[in-house]
This record gives sequence, structure tokens and C-alpha cells, in this order.
Amino acid sequence: MTDEAKKEEQQAPKAEAAAPVLHVAPGPHAFSTSLTTRRMMFDVLLALVPVFAASLWQFRLYTVIQLVICMVSALLAETLFTAMRKKPILIRDGSALVTGAILAFSLPAKAPWYVGAVGSFVAIGIGKVIFGGLGQNIFNPAMLGRAFVMIAFPAFLGATAYVVPDAAIDGLSRATPLTTLKQLGQNTGLLPLFLGTTNGSLGETSALACLLGGAYLCLRRTASWEIPAGIVSAVAAIAGLMQWLAPVAGWTVLHELFSGALLFGAFYIATDPVTSPLTPRGKFVFGLGVGALVMLIRKLSGYPEGVMFAVLIMNAVVPLINQWTIPTPVGGVVLEKKS
Amino acid sequence: MGKLLEMTAVLTGLPGTGDFARGVHPPERKTLAQDAAIEVMPPPAQVVIPLLQHTGAPCEPVVKVKDEVKLGDKIGDATGFISAPVHASINGSVLMPSVTTLPNGRHVKTIPIKAGPDQLAGDALKSEVLGGNWPTSGLERFAPDQIATAARDAGLVGLGGAAFPTHVKLVRNEKRPVDTLLVNGCECEPYLTSDYRLMLEFPGPVVTGALLAAQAAGAKQIVVAIEDNKPAAADAMRKAAEGTAVKIAVVHTKYPMGGERQVIPAVLKREVPTGGLPLDVGVVVINVATAAALARAVVRGKALTHRVVTVTGAGIARPKNVLVPVGISYQELIDFCGGLTPDAARVIAGGPMMGFTVADLKVPVTKGTSGVTVLTHADLARVDETACVRCGRCVDVCPLHLVPTKLALASKVEDWDLAKKYHLLACCECGCCAYTCPAAIPLVQLMRKGKAQMPR
Ligand code: SF4
Ligand code: SF4
Repeated sequence: MTDEAKKEEQQAPKAEAAAPVLHVAPGPHAFSTSLTTRRMMFDVLLALVPVFAASLWQFRLYTVIQLVICMVSALLAETLFTAMRKKPILIRDGSALVTGAILAFSLPAKAPWYVGAVGSFVAIGIGKVIFGGLGQNIFNPAMLGRAFVMIAFPAFLGATAYVVPDAAIDGLSRATPLTTLKQLGQNTGLLPLFLGTTNGSLGETSALACLLGGAYLCLRRTASWEIPAGIVSAVAAIAGLMQWLAPVAGWTVLHELFSGALLFGAFYIATDPVTSPLTPRGKFVFGLGVGALVMLIRKLSGYPEGVMFAVLIMNAVVPLINQWTIPTPVGGVVLEKKS
Repeated sequence: MGKLLEMTAVLTGLPGTGDFARGVHPPERKTLAQDAAIEVMPPPAQVVIPLLQHTGAPCEPVVKVKDEVKLGDKIGDATGFISAPVHASINGSVLMPSVTTLPNGRHVKTIPIKAGPDQLAGDALKSEVLGGNWPTSGLERFAPDQIATAARDAGLVGLGGAAFPTHVKLVRNEKRPVDTLLVNGCECEPYLTSDYRLMLEFPGPVVTGALLAAQAAGAKQIVVAIEDNKPAAADAMRKAAEGTAVKIAVVHTKYPMGGERQVIPAVLKREVPTGGLPLDVGVVVINVATAAALARAVVRGKALTHRVVTVTGAGIARPKNVLVPVGISYQELIDFCGGLTPDAARVIAGGPMMGFTVADLKVPVTKGTSGVTVLTHADLARVDETACVRCGRCVDVCPLHLVPTKLALASKVEDWDLAKKYHLLACCECGCCAYTCPAAIPLVQLMRKGKAQMPR
């Protein structure tokens, strides 16, 4: 044995002996390295690439500008708020970047810079940090930020805010598909909805891009497939029922699924692990709830789209869902004390 | 050899699917030691025999300082039903009793024995413990209670790690009849290969022990469960079991398949009730090494004095499977395997998933020590703990379908109502949740804390 080995041999056990709990070192001593919190956040950013590409194609520079505004503001906000609370700065977990990006993709192209900035500050400050940081918040931070700016600046986020008559970009001069449907009773073709050559929030227009990125997230298990599955099932079921009861010519279940923020919300927003339930069954129930609420808002309220409110409302129900879906352990519940 | 992952589950005539829901697939790392044939450790100068090596009541010493003892002599006697005597594992003289702290944190009294001049060693020892002929017929001459008594007298405990006294499982209970004896050859801990080598090199005593255990417990059906990453062991066992009632079931390779609550459903499609025992569903489970030790105890009348230990990991110079006397120190065992490498960082009694770190290499190897795994700094490199992101991955892998993150939270904030609601006591501490957690939360540590503190 080398001298070094001897030294190690004496040192290594000593280092262990200094572990917090006397002589009981925390096991397991093996861990999966395929996934870390940071990697999960990076996965989301990676999965947003197709959405970014589709958005860039449709809205050009607007996409880049909104993204930069929101992501930079989110980072600034996180630094500022965590410093104020004298908490260690956790920027490295990447969650602020994800929040910023999701917020940017849910804004209209022409929203002024301060909409994104205020939205990001609210998302991080109220949405996350005051709850105690990543993992503690109840509401999806990006949606909370968006809800705030929607109320604070209705003119920039209402249905009309999406339309820019003199825009050089063709898509921008028309109202969003759901607005045209609601107000004018006009339909949009399935292909434009699928590819994303329609107007809408920056990240929501292309169903194809959302499906691509969403598939990646689900395959990586960074997003739980049960949530989008629940949302899509609920929307398809309700839309199918409505089509059967009160058909609208040229507007099918697929139109309902591909329009608005439905797929973007299903894959990128509702799947936020922190604000969704823990068990697979709970996740599916959560998805069903979001889907049902989206349809309710789309059809019965004054708003053309309801993903944001649906997610926020269901976020509030998550603790209840968790309660209802406590799984039965293998072997049943403990009836008597262990002897 | 070295063929891994070639077979899939084969369970002819058994109701199970060979799998259980959830669980994890940690890197197996078995190649380090799987091809090293069992070696016999040279007789040590001294052994230190703990008076408590099992789950249950400690032993009372029955020898005095300076007594001469022979290999297999009883030196500590069991004090209760759930207890097992301990025996001298070498010839020699008794030294002053002392105290040690085992890796699992228990302080125990020990009896050190200084080696005398002549010892059973080398091949002679190996053939006495494992080699030679093992009968598979004519075993009816051993009455059921005779087998259970032999197990008790030999100090037999589960050699898979939990070290539960074996005779307790073998004693017949009128109220709870047993129909199946399940011999557990699922060595699901990464790195460890001692059961694998035993089945491969010495399937004889395993088969004999299985037949005897079934006879004692009154089980009609005998099944040896082996994971599909050990095809050579399954072949060897099949050959040895030819013409006997022992069936071989090949199950999927997944952690923690070796757990009773996983292997019983996988093979027999029966669920052990939470807080209950395999006995509640008519099953007795013993480990393959325990079966071999039972054969030795009944057929040869020898106590449990030796066992096969895998010494492995990137932190060990020459990984081996070693036949060692109980009571030898970790230090000697590690030295026999070429010592630690310079980057060795953590010595673990057992495997990395459920093993405990060894704080002091002077502690003795006990009956329940199935392996010594030495990990390096590189093996242990890990990201820092972050907050729980409530991703639910721990839920997705818990083989008992618990909600680990809630359990961890409950024990952190000492909310015992919450802990009860989420069934903290059902947790078997398998470590799947902590293995998987992307936030690197020490979930198992929190479970243990909670289970220890929770008012019952
Ligand atoms: S795996 Fe870890 S981070 Fe994910 S829910 Fe469980 S405890 Fe939380
Ligand atoms: S340690 Fe307990 S909670 Fe974690 S996976 Fe195993 S049984 Fe489930």
C-alpha cells in the first residue's frame, strides 16, 4: 500500500465520523445524475426552442425583444428580491429564466417594454420569492405576472391589443383566431393554426412547435405527460360534445385544441412541477380541471381565451387534489402499530 | 462469463409477472467483482465477535476471559425467542470483552478471541463450509422442529443484510400455514456479488438448505428467485436443483427486487400487508446464503461462523469475493483486497443503496455483512441540495407507492398527523426516492428521523 493510500484510509473514515448524525451516514450512497433541478430548468428552455423558432418566423424581432426584456427583468428581480430577503441567491437553478421566457411567450408581440418588465417583477417577486422561493409558491409565477399586467394594463393585453393594423408583418394585422371566432363568427383554417401563421401571443401560435417541444419534455419526464393528457382529454371531450349538440361549421375539436394558448399552456405552463400535484393520478385530475375551465371560459365568459385563469384557479386547488389522491401504499394502509 | 442482461423473466408455472411497479435502475457495477471466484481469507490473528449481530435481543456471554475455544463453540447465548447465539469463528483464547459501535449505529458488547496455533484454513475450510456433497434426498430424516432448532443453535440469521433470526421464520405456526418457501437470490444492491458467486460456485448447499427450510416451515412450493442479470447463476442453480422440488424463477433486474415486499408480488402475485410479514400471505423468504448456512447447520451440525463478503468499489485495489470468519475487522479484509486506492472516500457496510458508512475500520464484520463497498470522491460527486421542486419523481419511483416528499416534509417539521396520513411507517428505507430526487434532498435520512421520533 502506498503512503498516500494509508493516509487516505485514516482520513476518509474520520471525515465520515464528523457527519452530523453520529455514526449514521445518510444513505443512499448512489444517486441518479441524469436529472438535477438545474437540468430540469435547462430542459424547459431547450424544449422552448421550437416555439422560439416558430415565433421568430411569425413575429420576427418582436419575439427577441420580448424575450430579452422578460428574461433580463426576471433575473434582475430574482437577484434583487433574494438579496432583500437575505436569502442565498439561487439564480443558478435557472428557474427565473424559465419564468421570464414563459411570460414573454404569453405576451402579445407589441406589448410595450414595461409590460414585460412589470410582469416579470411581479412573477418573481410576488409569484415566487415571497412564498419562500423555488418550490414554495402556490401559483404559477409566470401566469401570476401575466394576470397582474392584464389587470394593470388592460389596453395592452386585451383582444384588441393583438391587432396592429399597419404592421409590416402580415399576421399581426388580423385578430387572433379565438377573437375572430368569438366576435365575428369566422373560422381559421387548421393548417395556419397548426403551423402558426396566425396572430396571438408570441409562443402560442404554432401547435406543431408546442407538440414538438412538449414531446421532448414528456419523454425526458421533465414534464409529466399526465397533465397535458388531462387537459387535452377534457378539451376534446367538451369540444366534441359541443360540436355534437351545437355544431359550428368549420370549427372542430382540432381547431379548439390548436388555437389559442391551449397546447402551449398544456405542455409548458400547467406542467410547472411546483404548482401541480404530486401523484400521477393527481396530475391527470389537475389536467382535466384546467381543460374544463379553459372551455368554460372560452365559451361562457367575455374572454376569448382562458388558459391563464384556468391554470391559476387549478393551482389553488392543488393542495386539495393532493389530499384526495394520497395513494394507497402497496400492502394497504397500516391498521395496527408495528410490533 | 460476463454475460449480463441476456435473459428476461421466466416464471414457469408461477402467477407473478417477474416485476413490481416502480423502483429504479441504478448502475449495477457488478462487473468489478462478479468474475472473482470466492477466496478464503487466511486465518486472522484475532477476531472480535459482537454479542448482537441480529435484529432482536443481545446475547449473554457464556465464556470467560482466557477460556480456550474451538471453531464453532458457542460464546454468547441467545436470551429471547427473537435472538440468535454467537460462536467462535476461529480456534483460540478469549480476551477481555469490549464494546464497539457497528456501522448501523448500535453500540454492542464484543468478545475478542486471540487465534491459537492451529486453524482450519484454505481449501479445507472452504470445503467444510460450502464444498463437498450436499444431499437432496433422504432429508425427511430431519424433523421440522429439529431443523428449526438446528438453525437456532447454529446462530442462523438472515445473511442478506437485515440479520433477522432464521429459526423464528422456520418455526411452524398453526394459525398461519406456509405454502411457499421463497429463496431470495435477488442481489439487487449495486456492486455486490457474494450471493451471485455462491449460487454459481456452490449451488449445492443452497438447494439442500432450501429443501430443509421448506420442510421446517411446511411449505409445499419452493422457489429460488434470481434476477435476469445473473444468467450463469440461474443456470448453475437449475442444474443443482434438477430432480428436486426446487423451482428457479428468473425475475427482472430492478432495484429493490431483493426486498420481500417486491420479490413476493413479482414471483407469487401476493401483496404483503403493510406492517405485516410474508407469513401473512403464506410465504417464508430466506436469502440464498442463509439457505446454504442452514444446510451446513443441519447436515453438518456446524454453526454460522463464516460468510462470503464482496469487497468492491472503485476505492478498492483488487475487488474480491472472500470467505471470512465473522468478527474479522474491515481493515484486515480491505488489506486482503489490496487496500484502499488513494481516492477512496467512503467505506460502506453493504451496498450503496441501503448500506451504512463505516466510521472506524477496526469494527468487525458481522453475520449480516454482505459486502464492503468503497466509493471514491468521483462516485460521490453530486450537485448541492436545492429546495423540493415538487416534481413528483420520488412518487414515481417509490416501490411502496408512498409520497416521499410529503413524508420528508412531515418529519422535517415534525407533523406526525401528516406523517400518518401519508403512511410514514410503511416506508422500507429502500432509498429509491433519494436516489432519484433531482433536488438532492436526503429523503431517507428524513424518513429514518421521522420513524424514530414519531409517537406510535
Ligand atoms: S423528487 Fe425531490 S424534488 Fe421531486 S418532489 Fe420528490 S423530494 Fe421534491
Ligand atoms: S425510502 Fe421509503 S419513501 Fe423512499 S422510495 Fe423507499 S419506501 Fe418509498
